[in-house]
Amino acid sequence: MTKDIVLEVRDLSKQVSSPEGTLTIVQQVSFQVHAGESVAIVGVSGAGKSTLLALLAGLDVPSEGKVLLDGVDLTSLDEDGRARLRAERVGFVFQSFHLVPALTALENVMLPLELADRRDARGGALEALERVGLRERVDHYPRQLSGGEQQRVAIARAFVTRPAVLFADEPTGNLDTGTGAKIADLLFDLNATSGTTLALVTHDRSLAARCGRVWVMESGRMGPG
Amino acid sequence: MLRRATILGVRLLGREWRSGELGILLVALTVAVGALTGVSFLVNRISQSVALQANEVLAADLRLESASAALDERYAVEAKNRGLRTARTTSVLSVVFRDNRNQLANLRAVGEGYPLRGVVGVAPQAFGTPTPVDGGPRPGEVWPDSKLLAALDARVGDNASVGAANFRITRVLITRPDQGGGFGELAPSMLMHADDLPSTRLLQPGSRATHALLFAGDRQQIERFKIWLDKKKQRGERLRDIAEASPQIQNAIDRAGRFLSLASLVAVLLCAIAVAMAARRYVQRHFDSVALLKTLGATRGLILAVSLLQLLIIALAAAVLGAALGFLAQEWLLQALQGLLVADLPPPDLVPLALGLLTSVALLAGFALPPLLQLSRVPAIRVLRRDMEPPPPVIWLAFGPAVTAVVFLVWYVVRDLRLFFGFVIGLAVFTAVLGVAGWILVRIAGSLRGTVGVSWRYGIANLSRRRAESVVQIVAFGLGLMVLLLLAVVRNDLLNDWRRSLPADLPNFFFINIPPDEREAFFDFLGESGASRSRALPMIRARLTQLNDKSVETIVFSDPRGEGYSRRDQNITWQAELGSDNVIVDGRWWTAAEHGRPLVSISDEYQQGLGLRIGDKMTFDVAGETIEAEVASVRKIKWDGFQPNFFVVFPPGLLDELAGTWMTSAYLKPGDGRVIADLVRRFPSVSVFDLDDLLSQVRSVIDKAVFAVQSVFVFTLFAGLVVLLAAVQASRDERRYESAMLRTLGASRGTVARGIIAEFSALGLLSGFLAAIGASIAGYFLARQILQVSYAFDPLIWVIGLFGGGLLVATSGWLATRSVLQQPPASTLRGDSA
Repeated sequence: MTKDIVLEVRDLSKQVSSPEGTLTIVQQVSFQVHAGESVAIVGVSGAGKSTLLALLAGLDVPSEGKVLLDGVDLTSLDEDGRARLRAERVGFVFQSFHLVPALTALENVMLPLELADRRDARGGALEALERVGLRERVDHYPRQLSGGEQQRVAIARAFVTRPAVLFADEPTGNLDTGTGAKIADLLFDLNATSGTTLALVTHDRSLAARCGRVWVMESGRMGPG
Repeated sequence: MLRRATILGVRLLGREWRSGELGILLVALTVAVGALTGVSFLVNRISQSVALQANEVLAADLRLESASAALDERYAVEAKNRGLRTARTTSVLSVVFRDNRNQLANLRAVGEGYPLRGVVGVAPQAFGTPTPVDGGPRPGEVWPDSKLLAALDARVGDNASVGAANFRITRVLITRPDQGGGFGELAPSMLMHADDLPSTRLLQPGSRATHALLFAGDRQQIERFKIWLDKKKQRGERLRDIAEASPQIQNAIDRAGRFLSLASLVAVLLCAIAVAMAARRYVQRHFDSVALLKTLGATRGLILAVSLLQLLIIALAAAVLGAALGFLAQEWLLQALQGLLVADLPPPDLVPLALGLLTSVALLAGFALPPLLQLSRVPAIRVLRRDMEPPPPVIWLAFGPAVTAVVFLVWYVVRDLRLFFGFVIGLAVFTAVLGVAGWILVRIAGSLRGTVGVSWRYGIANLSRRRAESVVQIVAFGLGLMVLLLLAVVRNDLLNDWRRSLPADLPNFFFINIPPDEREAFFDFLGESGASRSRALPMIRARLTQLNDKSVETIVFSDPRGEGYSRRDQNITWQAELGSDNVIVDGRWWTAAEHGRPLVSISDEYQQGLGLRIGDKMTFDVAGETIEAEVASVRKIKWDGFQPNFFVVFPPGLLDELAGTWMTSAYLKPGDGRVIADLVRRFPSVSVFDLDDLLSQVRSVIDKAVFAVQSVFVFTLFAGLVVLLAAVQASRDERRYESAMLRTLGASRGTVARGIIAEFSALGLLSGFLAAIGASIAGYFLARQILQVSYAFDPLIWVIGLFGGGLLVATSGWLATRSVLQQPPASTLRGDSA
């Protein structure tokens, strides 16, 4: 394996049991992603995109196959080991933002730094919020922010630990076209300047088109877009 | 990791506090701890006050008496070393002279410190209104009572001589705390200073004097000292506490005490319910945050450590705030009701404070720990799929700590094996029944949804859709309502029983030594004087000599009462019918055919003291004759009826030939002094006992007990309502989203509001209905078995349970969810938190 491969997936499958029998949600998926690259996984609802994302980030465990994140085999780690890996090398942006409602914008961004026990969480978080243009709103609670602003806080939170990989799940899905475009600009901007690898899941073809590579998922299988 | 967990835990807690997230959990916990400590403080202070007043009958908390030798100084030294106060009294019968008049009187020489409990009341003239004074007469002075003063035709300022000494009469003794109602003191009495006793030269070897050492102090110290004294005391020395001095008062105190424990238990349970509901809500609200923290890299251990730390901080804060709240609440109540209790209410022990702290930690550990452990198992993938919840907990882990916490607290509060098991088992059964019945009722309610209007359909649909949640709520509200109703039922029974036991025409005079040949004439006289007379019984003195053919001299009794019963002469009687204030607890009462047979019926105190069983053989010496009899029955006597009663009763036809006298009691209007004066002139051999003082003491203690029961009940009821209100808050989140959705779909605020009220009303009606059933059954058990009062089924309980429950839960549900309707639906749907 060459050094600049950040994400490598080998024969990945995920099955779940349901009342109708065993369902295969992800089927024999393999690919490699290099450092600083941006990739999009597109597909219709129910194609298995989010499940794949959960497997890639170690939020869920595969039925078969392997995921190597920054050279570390996720399947060899237990839940806590995967959590520690995420703390150090992974950032997340979600469709529904997932900010902690009880924390201010600043505190939300400080959280991953605090969890990783990094010094000067406050300074780092302020800087990250500055980069997403929210320096003036650091003391606002999520409920006091618009959807676009909430997503910008989430992006600041995702980039603040300078992760190796950033996973984004429909990052513009809850936003109007204009705001969505601005958020996308921000994401790709940070991706370019920080050298972070960006892996995003979306059904928005125009967003996907801005990525270096596009894969299409259909019934759990993946092919080039 | 611990350092990181501490920093993170404190920071997150601080942030949550600022955002108002912690408020409801803290309020619920604080109210719960406040209710518990408030009730405990109140119970603690009121029972102390009742006990103190009761102990006035003894003028002390504990008395050691000896009819022969003076009491050893080392008892007093030991008591002082233990921080107790002591005083000495000596009573001796002697003739008091004034000029050419004289009268046999009971001289009571009292030392420094007397009385240790209660006050002496004096007046400047005979039969005057008493004013309280500190202590007894100074050396050289005497305080005769009104009867003695009248008999000597003396007044304040005159001189009187006793034995070899001369004294000045400075005051008239009207009341003293330890005048009691015993039959030992026939003569009028006079107080003098203990230092004057030697100068009278009345105390010669062989003279009949009763020496007493009085002790008072901290309750626990007294209890420990009593155990020590019981071991050290010599033969002929007798230990007396309130239980022996006045069974009526002891009875009232015991029952009030049990009721107050029950009220504390109710507070504990309400507290547990509030904590459980609040913790559930807290944990459910944190599912998303924990999933996010895990996604951001938090390990399970860190989540657990952070949660535990937060829990501990919340518990401590709630304990301190709650204890302060409880203290202030009871202080306010006592201030508001000043004058109804004794003026100088003892300061509260610190025990309730410790109890508050212990309770909040125990309850939080029991009820909040399992859901918190659950929190650390929330899967990280919940950030992508909101339906992912933590796996269900292992059953023992979910309920084990809660059950342990409740069992521990119940035991801590009641310390009575029977009440403890009754309560715990009853609680377990009732919780299970509530669960099952709740499930069935929710199903039935669900099938009704097609037949009601849209609001009710929405409400009922909610109930049956969230079936598990609804059952949990029915159990919680049902338990809360049940314990409150139970307290109401028991309170009623207790108060009724007390009211019945102390009617206005309760006998206030006892007459003994009525010669058999004057009996009819005497009773006729009483009847003509308008007195209402109770039953008359013959009375003979007897002494127990053998038990099962073994001399009592050689038997060692483990119960100190047995020692007393076997060494002293006993008054015995015979009776054909069982008195209405007696209940057979073992064996059976004799039939007419058994009259004349060698049988004996004994009271339960007597049976316990001597360790007797049905069929045991007892031998008595009655006026020189030996009587052998077999124990046929054991009776429980209700002493508070003031009827003539005897420990030992024989059937008629066995002792009738032996010379004896008769006794009876009667009610005479207070102040009817002429009747008594006439009676004494016509029947000079009859001894008359005025029980008015004792009765007023008993009435006063019972009044206080009634007040205690009432005020603790009201306080607990109020605390309970607040706790239930806080518990309802816990369920409001679930409704937020749905009502926003309904309003978006076009439902008016009114429709949604009616739906919410319908849901909570249905919940309240179901829980209230089950609570009423539970309270009726538990009330029967408690009244009959624990408080030993008669149980009257009150259908009103059902009405109150059903409608009170419905109204209460509906109102508090409405109050808790009202804000949902005032928020624009968009902000709720957008996921903003309020």
